[in-house]
Amino acid sequence: MGNVLLQYATVLVLSIFVGIEVIARVPSILHTPLMSGSNAIHGVILVGAMLVLGAATTTLETVLGFLAVLLATLNVVGGFVVTDRMLEMFKPKKSPSKPQGDRS
Amino acid sequence: MSRDTLINLLYLVAATTFILALKGLGSPKRARGGNVVAAIGMVIAIVATFFKQVDGHSLHHVPLMLVAMAIGVIIAVPTARFVKMTAMPQLVAIFNGVGGGAASLVSITEFSHIHSTHPATYVVLEVLLGVLIGTVSFSGSAIAFAKLQELMTGRPVTYAGQQVINAVLGVAGVGLIVAILVSSTSALLWVLLALAFVLGIAFVLPIGGADVPVLISLLNSFTGLAVAASGFTIGSNLLIVAGTLVGASGILLTRLMSKAMGRSLANILFSAFGSATTGGAGASGEQRPVRSGSPEDIGVLLGLASRVVVVPGYGLAVAQGQHVLRELAEVLEAKGIEVIYAIHPVAGRMPGHMNVLLAEANVPYEQLKEMDEANTELTTADVALVVGANDTVNPAASEDKSSPIYGMPIIHADLAENVVFMKRSMRPGFAGIENELLYNSKTTLVFGDAKDTLTKLVAAVKAN
Repeated sequence: MGNVLLQYATVLVLSIFVGIEVIARVPSILHTPLMSGSNAIHGVILVGAMLVLGAATTTLETVLGFLAVLLATLNVVGGFVVTDRMLEMFKPKKSPSKPQGDRS
Repeated sequence: MSRDTLINLLYLVAATTFILALKGLGSPKRARGGNVVAAIGMVIAIVATFFKQVDGHSLHHVPLMLVAMAIGVIIAVPTARFVKMTAMPQLVAIFNGVGGGAASLVSITEFSHIHSTHPATYVVLEVLLGVLIGTVSFSGSAIAFAKLQELMTGRPVTYAGQQVINAVLGVAGVGLIVAILVSSTSALLWVLLALAFVLGIAFVLPIGGADVPVLISLLNSFTGLAVAASGFTIGSNLLIVAGTLVGASGILLTRLMSKAMGRSLANILFSAFGSATTGGAGASGEQRPVRSGSPEDIGVLLGLASRVVVVPGYGLAVAQGQHVLRELAEVLEAKGIEVIYAIHPVAGRMPGHMNVLLAEANVPYEQLKEMDEANTELTTADVALVVGANDTVNPAASEDKSSPIYGMPIIHADLAENVVFMKRSMRPGFAGIENELLYNSKTTLVFGDAKDTLTKLVAAVKAN
């Protein structure tokens, strides 16, 4: 068991460095999309939610697991869609102008 | 290769896509692709999970799982698609909050599942940390959402003994964790849950509206850490990698954001910013003279310029004026006048928020200049057109040591030959601080809604 813990700790430490290293080069104008993008990525908790619901044996566990899957799905789907919508606007401009309608 | 190995391999693929996605976000050209790559990785991980074995059997409750996912998709997609771009920060807040809630629930459920087997102390600690951090992120994000959505006041909410109460809550949380570890009384977990919920609210209440984006970034990082803690509990490398990536990068991002506002993170979190200047609307006793002009006057001024620097701010976004602004820029360009946009790192409500809003209005990316470059350009500009910005051009940030925003880098609009300030009223900006630039002899004020004024300006410039 101690070995497993150590292995997880290794992954944790390396991930910290990767996380810092990767972000250090992001220009400030992309900070908002970056926050939103990383928001989507922690939606991976959905995998954990699926596993606990899949292992649920009592009613309490089932209810909690169900809620976890629901909330995590909101996080994943909402996160990626919002980020995509932000980044859509950074695409290189093709024609000089053609208002594409005010969607808001 | 066994099924489990294959699934773990797919998890490794997913983790790799997350890293690539974060890296892709470093360039405007690759960012969107990066996001798509991460989404694909996420789908791979989710599909693979359906085939995973837990406790020696395949997943229970798969139909229920699909129902929960379907409900989630049905709620999330339209919300994310159709909410106004100006409401983006609170949208990120709420999607972050539910992620924190999910992490907390995963930890609780797993604990409920394993506690009869008397798990090792470190496993219980992971659970408790997951519950604490995840729940703080959940309730904190909910309050942040309410503040940005203006469901409640955006001003710092302060009360007597607030710091003390928050400190007591924090200490109680740690005490409770120790108590649970020592006594292994699982009922106390629910007390911890309730306490974490209150702590999240108490933590966010004293933070003013202008600082909420920094806070969201911090809470985003918290959710990442809660996910990593859940990863430890259920034994998933994928969750540990993804959660830690977000946790680490989120803290760095939070620091970058507070730096852009010229303040330390501790100052933002604990100082109840603005409480000293809550004088609010027109508190300044004496009326000082300002020069105001009509849109027609400004139209003439702009028509004579050869170089115009636009300084957009949140007021522009609120008025939904970005499309008209682009139109104005095009009219000016048609007359051979050069137009660029000076983007302060925290213009709007989040770093990069203004870029998103202008990009939405099809403003060419090359015309958006970051602050340092913009300040160089301003020295040779004929007109600085300040649209709905205020604090980001406030000279007090570089001149007045007693000002709460002292030290924040600003756009030096006053370097331009003329300054045109579009404002709804003389009221101070978001930070609640008087702006000397309004009284500068170079400055002309145009009162009114930014969109209306811009529309009139377009007509005025065309008429010239």
